[in-house]
Amino acid sequence: MTAASPSLTSAPRNRRVGLMAAGVALWMLALGYAAVPLYRIFCQATGYGGTPARASEIQASTVRELAGRTISIRFDSNIENGMPWHFAPERTTQTVKIGARSLALFDATNNSDHAITGAASYNIEPESAARYFTKIQCFCFTRQTLKAHEHVRMPVIFYVDPKLIEDPDARDVTQITLSYTFHPVAADKDAVAKGVTK
Amino acid sequence: MATTTDHHSAHGDVHAHDDHKPGFFSRWFMSTNHKDIGTLYLIFAIFAGIIGGAISGIMRLELDHPGIQVLASVNHFLGVTSATMDQNLHLWNVLITAHGLIMVFFMVMPAMIGGFGNWFVPIMIGAPDMAFPRMNNISFWLTVAGFCSLMISPFVPGGTGNGAGIGWTAYAPLSTSGSQGPAVDFAIFSLHLAGAGSIMGAINFITTILNMRAPGMTLHKMPLFVWSMLVTAFLLLLALPVLAAAITMLITDRNFGTTFFDASGGGDPVLFQHLFWFFGHPEVYIMILPGFGMISQIVSTFSKKPVFGYLGMAYAMVAIGVVGFVVWAHHMYTTGLSEDVKMYFTTATMVIAVPTGIKIFSWIATMWGGSISFKSPMVWAIGFIFLFTVGGVTGVVLANGGIDDNVQDTYYVVGHFHYVLSLGAVTALFAGFYYWFPKMSGRWHSELLSYLHFAVFFVGVNLIFFPMHFLGLQGMPRRYPDYAAAFEYWNHISTIGYKVMAASMVIFFVNIIYALVAGKKAEGNYWGEGANTLEWTLSSPPPFHQFETLPVIGDDDHH
Repeated sequence: MTAASPSLTSAPRNRRVGLMAAGVALWMLALGYAAVPLYRIFCQATGYGGTPARASEIQASTVRELAGRTISIRFDSNIENGMPWHFAPERTTQTVKIGARSLALFDATNNSDHAITGAASYNIEPESAARYFTKIQCFCFTRQTLKAHEHVRMPVIFYVDPKLIEDPDARDVTQITLSYTFHPVAADKDAVAKGVTK
Repeated sequence: MATTTDHHSAHGDVHAHDDHKPGFFSRWFMSTNHKDIGTLYLIFAIFAGIIGGAISGIMRLELDHPGIQVLASVNHFLGVTSATMDQNLHLWNVLITAHGLIMVFFMVMPAMIGGFGNWFVPIMIGAPDMAFPRMNNISFWLTVAGFCSLMISPFVPGGTGNGAGIGWTAYAPLSTSGSQGPAVDFAIFSLHLAGAGSIMGAINFITTILNMRAPGMTLHKMPLFVWSMLVTAFLLLLALPVLAAAITMLITDRNFGTTFFDASGGGDPVLFQHLFWFFGHPEVYIMILPGFGMISQIVSTFSKKPVFGYLGMAYAMVAIGVVGFVVWAHHMYTTGLSEDVKMYFTTATMVIAVPTGIKIFSWIATMWGGSISFKSPMVWAIGFIFLFTVGGVTGVVLANGGIDDNVQDTYYVVGHFHYVLSLGAVTALFAGFYYWFPKMSGRWHSELLSYLHFAVFFVGVNLIFFPMHFLGLQGMPRRYPDYAAAFEYWNHISTIGYKVMAASMVIFFVNIIYALVAGKKAEGNYWGEGANTLEWTLSSPPPFHQFETLPVIGDDDHH
């Protein structure tokens, strides 16, 4: 920048640096959105925030039962405010062998006069044990549609990963709580709201 | 001493159009002149500060005694007659939200970055103006538009009552399914506008500082205020777009059926907190770094010494900026982080105390052995160093995940961040104001009133905020308009402090009016020896267009 009129000579350079800076801003905006799937992947990989693990039948078949070690599993069920379903575990606690394939059953009844589709969100407490609580099959993997006054029994097949006892943060856990909350899917939210006012 | 031929007195043919100013409307509403835009930003920030400060006055009055006293009359004043108790309590949430957003986005940021940054960054690096003068204008008016959007929100429904009662953090689900009505959309949209304005401002500063320095003004010769603005601009550029993404997700969650933060659709409300604080923590450095820069200039000027450890000071700010991006979850210790994560965030947070400590010690070392004159900016600057250190110390306390579990969301936290912001950033703003006001206006303020302003302000703000540490440690939660009777004593003291502080603001405005009406004319370098950055080579006020011929900075010039 030696010329007498710097504003003229520096204009192209300014444009270049300005566009680069604008590019950085757009990149950060994109990263903000990319955080959504990245966060989900991070939670699934680490059990962060109580996200349980998932395994296929083949993966599950390689897991060995741990002799003599049991752990208590507590089941908790909730429905979103105003959703006209009854939803409860058949047994609230179950003592299972660590590493053993176990089955839990939940009862769900649609108490309304019209079909409602629900999706279940789920969480593990304590969080340190979440990554070891592994689901093979779960009604929460897909949406569930219940016709008017329909009653269903819904299975969860799971095991507790034996690696749990090697984790200093989790090995003292004696009870794991699996909590579900059923939400009406967006399309049915209005119907549910109407059902409440009836 | 830098050399320049651009003295106001040097009226030749070349400079004949120096002071050719456009008409009133084009000058102030279509300005592209960095000094005019800086002035607009400062006026706007003072205006917003009056509103934000008045809101905190309402809050302090309500908290003077237990029970709900003034919220109903405020609701009445805002046009809601016969408000229910729920509406009155909602108004409290609206007030804390508005106070936070106004002070952060429409007072401190416009004053520090838009005001002093626009005014002095080009001058201090020997540039004729900002790199993109028209974009500078857009930045300012976007900020004003954002403020208007925020000012509309208290008059439209926002859930339980009128206005957005979501806190400045706008956590989901309170800000999504928890607050029906357009008020929250207006509040969020105001952040979009102000954020867009700030991002453009950041691009402008980065380009200006990287490209438009005068010959000889290397990066390592730049005044520390310019360094602070460069780091701040990068923080803005990296942090604000993430906020924009997060609040856009809030808007679509609210209005267009997405479920980014809604568990029923597979989203996670905690994700919003992560995104918010990834922006929010750098944001607190955005608010304080320009203050660091100003304090460095002032301490050096009035000690008549170059800043101690110049490079250390510059890179301490860079370090604060970098580390500031990897400590965000210390705002989220109680969201169920594992011990390991907490340990990391505790450690990383405490690391920031190192570069911050370097700055504090370097300011003191600059004064050490200096020929100190206690002019009003210096008094404010020393006040800043003390107050900011108090806030920094409580910050190190809060950095501990284990302690934070106990004082999270109590008045201890409120006390901490007001010591660094309300007492730190605002004290730096006043220091900068008294340092540069004669330069900007060409007229002297009253030094006597400036000292008085400082004395009353200092007593007032300490009375307001120091008792909050006691209240917090005793367990008083923040964000409530009511409290147990046991907390009344210190709350009452705090409210008295507010009144003292408000009185100091009267002195401030009297001082400005005095300066504008009867102030003595200020000469070019009115602080004399010690004031050796480029703005002191110009007249006061500087010519409308400065540095037609670029100043040349010699090898032996110091900062």
